[in-house]
Amino acid sequence: MAFRHENTRRIEGLDSNVWVEFTKVAADPSIVNLGQGLPDISPPSYVKEELAKAAAVDRLNQYTRGFGHPSLVKALSQVYERVCGRRIDPLTDILVTVGAYGSLFSTIQALIQEGDEVIIIEPFYDCYEPMVKMAGAKPVFIPLRYVSSFLKITYHIKFLIHTQYTNKFNSKTKAIILNTPHNPIGKVFTREELQVIADLCIKHDTLCISDEVYEWLVYKGNKHIKIATLPGMWERTITIGSAGKTYSVTGWKLGWSIGPQNLIKHLQVVHQNTLYTCPTPLQEALAQAFWIDYKRMDDPDCYFYSLSRELESKRDRMAQLLQEAGLKPVIPDGGYFMIVDVSTLNVDLSDVDEKQPYDYKFVKWMITSKKLSAIPLSAFCGPETKRQFEKYIRFCFIKKDGTLDAAEVILKNWNKQTA
Amino acid sequence: MLRRVGLSLRHFLLERKSCAGYSSYSGEAKMSRPVQARRLEGIDKNIWVEFVKLAATYSTVNLGQGFPDFPPPDFLKEAFVGALSGENHMLHQYTRAFGHPPLVKILAQFFGKLLGRDLDPMTDVMVTVGAYQALFCCFQAFVDEGDEVIIIEPFFDCYEPMVKMAGGTPVFVPLRPKAPKDGKLMSSADWQLDPAELASKFSKRTKAIILNSPNNPLGKVFNRGELELIADLCVKHDILCISDEVYEWLVYDGKEHIRIASLQGMWDRTVIIGSAGKTFSATGWKVGWTVGPNRLLQHLRTVHQNSVYHCATVAQEAVAQGFQRELERYGKPDSYFVQLPKELQQKRDWLVQSLDAVGMKPIVPEGTYFLVADISEFKSDVPDVPNSDEPYDSRFAKWMVKNKGLAAIPLSAFYCGPHKNNYNHFIRFCFAKEEATLKAANDILQKWKREKTSP
Repeated sequence: MAFRHENTRRIEGLDSNVWVEFTKVAADPSIVNLGQGLPDISPPSYVKEELAKAAAVDRLNQYTRGFGHPSLVKALSQVYERVCGRRIDPLTDILVTVGAYGSLFSTIQALIQEGDEVIIIEPFYDCYEPMVKMAGAKPVFIPLRYVSSFLKITYHIKFLIHTQYTNKFNSKTKAIILNTPHNPIGKVFTREELQVIADLCIKHDTLCISDEVYEWLVYKGNKHIKIATLPGMWERTITIGSAGKTYSVTGWKLGWSIGPQNLIKHLQVVHQNTLYTCPTPLQEALAQAFWIDYKRMDDPDCYFYSLSRELESKRDRMAQLLQEAGLKPVIPDGGYFMIVDVSTLNVDLSDVDEKQPYDYKFVKWMITSKKLSAIPLSAFCGPETKRQFEKYIRFCFIKKDGTLDAAEVILKNWNKQTA
Repeated sequence: MLRRVGLSLRHFLLERKSCAGYSSYSGEAKMSRPVQARRLEGIDKNIWVEFVKLAATYSTVNLGQGFPDFPPPDFLKEAFVGALSGENHMLHQYTRAFGHPPLVKILAQFFGKLLGRDLDPMTDVMVTVGAYQALFCCFQAFVDEGDEVIIIEPFFDCYEPMVKMAGGTPVFVPLRPKAPKDGKLMSSADWQLDPAELASKFSKRTKAIILNSPNNPLGKVFNRGELELIADLCVKHDILCISDEVYEWLVYDGKEHIRIASLQGMWDRTVIIGSAGKTFSATGWKVGWTVGPNRLLQHLRTVHQNSVYHCATVAQEAVAQGFQRELERYGKPDSYFVQLPKELQQKRDWLVQSLDAVGMKPIVPEGTYFLVADISEFKSDVPDVPNSDEPYDSRFAKWMVKNKGLAAIPLSAFYCGPHKNNYNHFIRFCFAKEEATLKAANDILQKWKREKTSP
């Protein structure tokens, strides 16, 4: 009897998930939670007001256009036309999805199949690998390599031009997944680095899936560049964005894919056969919020820029606290995560007999003994690089002052207690 | 240094000929293979895209797409506004991926009571982005290449492409109309499965059957005997049952909605699908759920965590509060689940009357907010076109919206390709509409009738 009710091959081995283990922690209020990437700051009040306004309109509680609520796709096209400097058709070049997660899924299901290879840069946002596998394709990993300079530790992809890794691109390579600003490292890919990737995409006729959910969160001295704006790239790139990250409303689960019609149309087919349409009042509220900020895109008060400034000071505070506690943070150029080398603390966990990477054991120890949570970096690595990154953990700093104050207390008292 | 390397790469590209693979994706035909995945083959067409556009352009009275033109109940709207503006701004952030705790808890309680079972909210319930995504998770979790899935016709149109996208083979079995007793209008109960025909559709490759009761588009509410017939075959062939019960509260004339999962041997092999959109008249919220044994739901969770992962929080919080209220009022006259079907039954009866009065023969639905009518007597307005690819009812519905401003959906939309002409003189109306809308529909029909009968 059991045989008939077995799961399909496509989900074989995809059931485990790092978040299940570590997000349970969030429920315990005594733990200072710097793990999962969600803000504990409030979304801007006008965003909440627009949602209340939308919910009061009868027809906005019923189905809207499947591929995206008209006022939202219109607003998105305006904002991104400005950013990209090219015409974007709201009806054919945009798909609204359930979070950027839904965009990644729609893109991969639409364009990737059995026999394809997909390049994933390590470390990577953990869902890329199972999504590629669920589509029947093979993930091929290319690690970021670090270089410590006089000023700071940086991660770069320039080494990609060397032969060792260019052979990862071949005739089976259907796509590369790019994430900039990068989760978990916080790297903002430079124009030269993007050009290296673009050249390889053009040479091998590869698609580019560009996850840019943190696009507005770039710090001084850095600029977010859209790979789709490089020559030869628009026609082969799907660019993904997120309302959750743009407006600090991760619980709205709205995202979008932008690209050329001949690619987006296939994402739309997936969408119409998976969930058909996204919630209406949320889309309407998001559209109104976008109009408010679109009108002030030349103004420093625009939320896209003000949030970034707010986060930069949190970043700096977080980095200082960690350094004072004897840890080595990697200062991110973008995003709201910071990875930290914990090996300097020399916490001996060899007596913990679980067969897990060091960083998993460290985070679990830190949660129980220090009441502070983070995410182990090896969760974001393929099998061959886990060893390389197991001395790092990831902190999220899009947290209110009270949370960072509590973290400060723990870090300041760190050396006063021994494990 | 980088720039020089960059240049040499471009030179490389110019000088070297493109070998096996595809040429640039600039919209032109690829050299050897298409850009899209094979799983999209044959599933790109969608009836709604066309008909929704037509209704938006031409209709003055839209009885086409299935959604209410009245608002959700006040208590639900208040719950939504309360959640989004309340002190707990964390309701704007991610909640538990498999369902917001207050919602799964109340769903487990509510459906546990209805099924006479103890349900674990963490393992026996999963929240989805509408019932649509619940269906998707079921097919992706259980239908592999080569598996057969039995679909009863007419069917909610997404079942077929979802089965195909999962690599499965849909196997169709029709509901067949029996002539009603003399003088009576046909009822959705008169459309029945032939037991021998149904049994013949089960094979070694059958993985699941998808059941929709109350049925969209006919409005049929499967009775106990019919469900037992299906259940016996499920047990005999050891297959899964995906039970789409989104219209579970919309049953009329004192009929009972029976849950197939409550029949002998069925709980272990059934996934029940429900919808807040249909339950609470809030289709735009896209909150749905699955209920079933952990053994099956664990695989739905795997699909869910690798496709959308979380559903929006605020709407889940509001729906949880809605269910709490309904649990307290269950079976009482002020329960929304009692009031809504009462109102809709009346609307059904109005529409039945309107259609009958002008010669469109309605099939009186036992449930849902849809009604199918036979338009044979109006055929003269839309002449047959021999050798047309398009089914007659589709051309009729398009003509009707353009010329009469009344939007409806052709029944052939709910049949597979080869069967679209089997029942091609029926159209489906949605009657979850305000009184004014139904009256306006009546006016259009009356005027049309007068034009037909006057010289």
